[in-house]
Amino acid sequence: MNSDFELEKRKYVIGGAAVAIIIVFLLRLFTLQLLSEDFKISADSNAFLKRIQYPARGAISDRNGKLLVYNQPAYDVMVVMTEQVGVDTLDLCESLGITRDWYERRMEEIKDPRRNPGYSRHTQQIFMSQLSTEEFSRFQEKLFRFPGFYIQKRSIRWYNYPNAAHLLGDVGEVGPEDIEADHYYRSGDYIGKLGVERSYEEVLRGEKGMEILLRDARGRIKGRYQNGKFDVAPIPGRNLTMSIDIELQALGERLMTGKLGSIVAIEPSTGEVLCMVSSPTYDPRIMIGRQRGKSQKQLAKDPHKPLLNRAIMGQYPPGSTFKTGQALTFLQEGIITPATPFPCSHGFHFKGLKVGCHGHGSPLPLIPAIATSCNGYFCWGLYHMFGNRKKYKTVQDAMTTWKDYMVSMGFGYKLGIDLPGEKRGMIPNAPYYDKAYRNSWSGLTVISISIGQGEVNLTPLQIANLGATIANRGYYIIPHVVKEVQGIPLDTLYTKKHYTRVQPEHYETVVAGMRQAVLGGTCRVANTTYYEVCGKTGTAQNPHGQDHSVFMGFAPRENPKIAICVYVENGTWGATYGVPIGALMMEQYINGKLSEASEARATEFENKHLYKVEWSDRSDKSDRSDKSDKSENKQNAKETSEEKRQ
Amino acid sequence: MPSLLGSIDWLTIFIYMVLLALGWMSVCGASYDYDQEAGILDFSTRSGMQIVWIGTSMLLGMFILMTDDRLIESLSYIIYICFLGLLFVTPFLAHDIKGSMSWIKIGSFSIQPAEFAKFGVSLCLAKVMGTYGFDVRKWRDFIICITLIVVPMGLIVMQKETGSALVYSALFLMLYREGMPGCLLFTALSAVVYFVVGVRFADEPLWDVTEMSLGQGLVMLLIQIFTVGFVWVYGGKRQEARGKKTGIGILLYSLAIDAAAVLLARFVYPCNAVWAMVFVCGASALYLLYLSLRDRVLPYCLIALFTLGSIGFYYSVDFVLNRVMEPHQQTRIRVLLGLEDDPRGAGYNVIQAKIAIGSGGLEGKGFLNGTQTKLKYVPEQDTDFIFCTVGEEEGFIGCAVVLLLFLSLILRLLHLAERQPYTFGRVYGYCVLSIFLFHVFINVGMVLGLTPVIGIPLPFFSYGGSSLWGFTILLFIFLRIDAGRNRLQH
Repeated sequence: MNSDFELEKRKYVIGGAAVAIIIVFLLRLFTLQLLSEDFKISADSNAFLKRIQYPARGAISDRNGKLLVYNQPAYDVMVVMTEQVGVDTLDLCESLGITRDWYERRMEEIKDPRRNPGYSRHTQQIFMSQLSTEEFSRFQEKLFRFPGFYIQKRSIRWYNYPNAAHLLGDVGEVGPEDIEADHYYRSGDYIGKLGVERSYEEVLRGEKGMEILLRDARGRIKGRYQNGKFDVAPIPGRNLTMSIDIELQALGERLMTGKLGSIVAIEPSTGEVLCMVSSPTYDPRIMIGRQRGKSQKQLAKDPHKPLLNRAIMGQYPPGSTFKTGQALTFLQEGIITPATPFPCSHGFHFKGLKVGCHGHGSPLPLIPAIATSCNGYFCWGLYHMFGNRKKYKTVQDAMTTWKDYMVSMGFGYKLGIDLPGEKRGMIPNAPYYDKAYRNSWSGLTVISISIGQGEVNLTPLQIANLGATIANRGYYIIPHVVKEVQGIPLDTLYTKKHYTRVQPEHYETVVAGMRQAVLGGTCRVANTTYYEVCGKTGTAQNPHGQDHSVFMGFAPRENPKIAICVYVENGTWGATYGVPIGALMMEQYINGKLSEASEARATEFENKHLYKVEWSDRSDKSDRSDKSDKSENKQNAKETSEEKRQ
Repeated sequence: MPSLLGSIDWLTIFIYMVLLALGWMSVCGASYDYDQEAGILDFSTRSGMQIVWIGTSMLLGMFILMTDDRLIESLSYIIYICFLGLLFVTPFLAHDIKGSMSWIKIGSFSIQPAEFAKFGVSLCLAKVMGTYGFDVRKWRDFIICITLIVVPMGLIVMQKETGSALVYSALFLMLYREGMPGCLLFTALSAVVYFVVGVRFADEPLWDVTEMSLGQGLVMLLIQIFTVGFVWVYGGKRQEARGKKTGIGILLYSLAIDAAAVLLARFVYPCNAVWAMVFVCGASALYLLYLSLRDRVLPYCLIALFTLGSIGFYYSVDFVLNRVMEPHQQTRIRVLLGLEDDPRGAGYNVIQAKIAIGSGGLEGKGFLNGTQTKLKYVPEQDTDFIFCTVGEEEGFIGCAVVLLLFLSLILRLLHLAERQPYTFGRVYGYCVLSIFLFHVFINVGMVLGLTPVIGIPLPFFSYGGSSLWGFTILLFIFLRIDAGRNRLQH
């Protein structure tokens, strides 16, 4: 009995064990359910398939409502790594028209989290992008044989015109650095790479939507989570209306065929860019879809640099077009009056310094000096300004004043156009020369800046903007290529007037000079009976080869509709290429078409080539182009270092 | 004599009903499909069928309460023999369901005799142990008990239902209550510990010496400590001081030699010093044998056997793991011990179970709102892994309620068993509570990743008629026996 009593105590051992087990279980549940969020996240990633819904990218049209860029359906092949086990790769490669090597490389790329951030074995990854409709239908038939492979419909950009590649830009798959910079993007998304596609990326792309689907353990979709209560609808991108006139742009590109250079036209009253040609150019359609990479490589190899948008990235000596800005400065500073004559005997000769000029009457006042583009006149002007010790204590003061005028006209800094990659050009300042000449310099030392040579560099856009400023008699609006963004007002940046430091009456003098140049000076070719054209030629000296041919002008004289800059590299005299091309462009824009005679002239210019257009395979010349790349880079580096000195 | 209704333990029945209700809710949650059109009461769905099982179970329970407990007692042997026969023929009649040969098809239903056999074995044990003069502490009687348990276990193993067979080992808990020496239970427990520790740390080096296995060293240390513990407790029954002295002596010299050997291996010459520890164990055993012969103390001899047996057991673990166990069982054990981590492979069940439960949070996602179980991420979610649904849909609160209900059921059964006037009733009661405890321990433990994945149902929760009927019969027979306890006093 005693021992039975001992045994009865064992019920406490058994009961205690039961209590202990339950306590351990409760503690375990406590840690699983209340202390860790990981399981909730895992559960969500298990059960919820968050399918991204891509918004339609905004369409782009020109100022007259002509559709330039729109969307076309394309098909991406997606793969889920965990599901694609046991796929017959040979069959797959055949169906997609790819090699085994490509397949394996691509699979490695997908799995590499450095190249494919946000990679997960359980979600769809882009295997191959942008199948054409035929490729898609061929693959679609066999899709059932490839578990883990899916088709995702996407849209790609399509271009109605073969023009304006630099302006419109293109879209391409985001790179790791884009994803790093903006977490909106996921691997395989598209992003604007160049042109307005890039600068207006955020308004064009819209907002991605999200559909939350329930997925079972086998990956089958079992419906929407809470009937789509938490789904987010995609917001389509906004449409853009560009300020360019596609007809004008096309004509510009046609006229620039076989020439290096740029045409920029601006509507002076609004700052809207009417056309922006950079030559050589390319058909934007070669950048669509999977051929983009290849085309890009081809273009990058081309020694003539078709990818460079010369209109905003090319930094050129403005040559004589710059004289208008000098005249304005001298007038405003009181260095000259319109009637002040300066002598010119085939140039500026002083203290052994010689700046050549062509033959014309001498001495001559300002208006004929502008009309005949007299070098001597502006050299004297600068000499008198920089030597004026009553007004400026030192030459540095004079230089700083001069520089301020130039900057107020939009030179020396980026204008702020709504395109990526704009360069600022170069306007030297006093410290720059102090350093270059060890503080011992005078107006004579830097005399060539008065005629747009020497250290001065402008982009064609800045020259065109100078034309617009003169056309406006003293102000400009920052040039921009987008006229309207659907649904939101234009940035005030592009509506605000920027006044220069020069009074409007002085502008009238310069306008008269430019009008004179058309009527009886260097721009006679541009004269027309339809409207009053004002213009200024430029022949920019080029130490590397033939001079550049430049034209800056606007029309009509009163209420100007168009201001233009034509810059033809190695085109010799301004009157040779610049003026006639500019005249044709103005005619096209103002009249809406070219007359028969003008059409013939256009064809004539189209066929005048300053460099050989090479259509042959360029791979054999890649070495050469690489070298030129390097020298260009060096030059760029030099330029940037100069910019810093300003 | 109080009426039958007055003698029935209504508290147990209340807990039973609540568990049935919660169980049905869980089955609804686990078997509900997102694109399911039929309602949860539709008989084409599992939740609908479970209603049928619950209804019939309750009828069955009522029927059992209306029978006479003396009749049940007198039929014990016959029931046991019938079940042995049934278990024996099952593999021949059964058709293969997922590798298991335990289901017999009757008409359109399948029943699993192994689930019903529990009450037969329990009844028989109770009857045998209730006979006059039976004492489990006697070798002969103890062996009878073991035989009664092991035979049906063997038959069930033959049906490839190792999990169900293991349930019968729970009956040792009852034997412990009835007088089986605690050291036997401890020995069994230490075997499990050796196994877990040995396998878990088998491939890890001891103190950076690659020649030595951490698992081996730890197991040897445990053997030494257990040996000393036994000497401490049992060695001094007659001369307490002397036993304790012997124990401390063995402990000190064991540890000293262990430490010396390991230090030698670590700093002087890298070799497998664990063999020195094995040697220490062996030497201790021999010394104890010598003492038992010299002083005529039997326990020392048994302790020496324990020590030697432990060493033998440890070295056969490797053999067991690689030869006896089937590959899927090996991986389950490896996953459980954290040796393998394969989210899509063997560990999938456990990981998904943890995800489902962990995502429930405090209050759960609500009835029929669980995503993990409904989207079939958890395998066997309405049978063996049903507790996941509780965790996901009812959260920590729901889990705690369920676990505490089980605990109160078990403690209530403990109380009822202890108040039985006859050994028959007490033994049967302990059988019932041991079986429930084992099921809850293993089933919930495996879902929580604490015990190996052994496919046994959670009582009253897992979907299925056989298990529900089996547990109902098991429980209600005890309630009927308990209701008859007052007969003696009149």
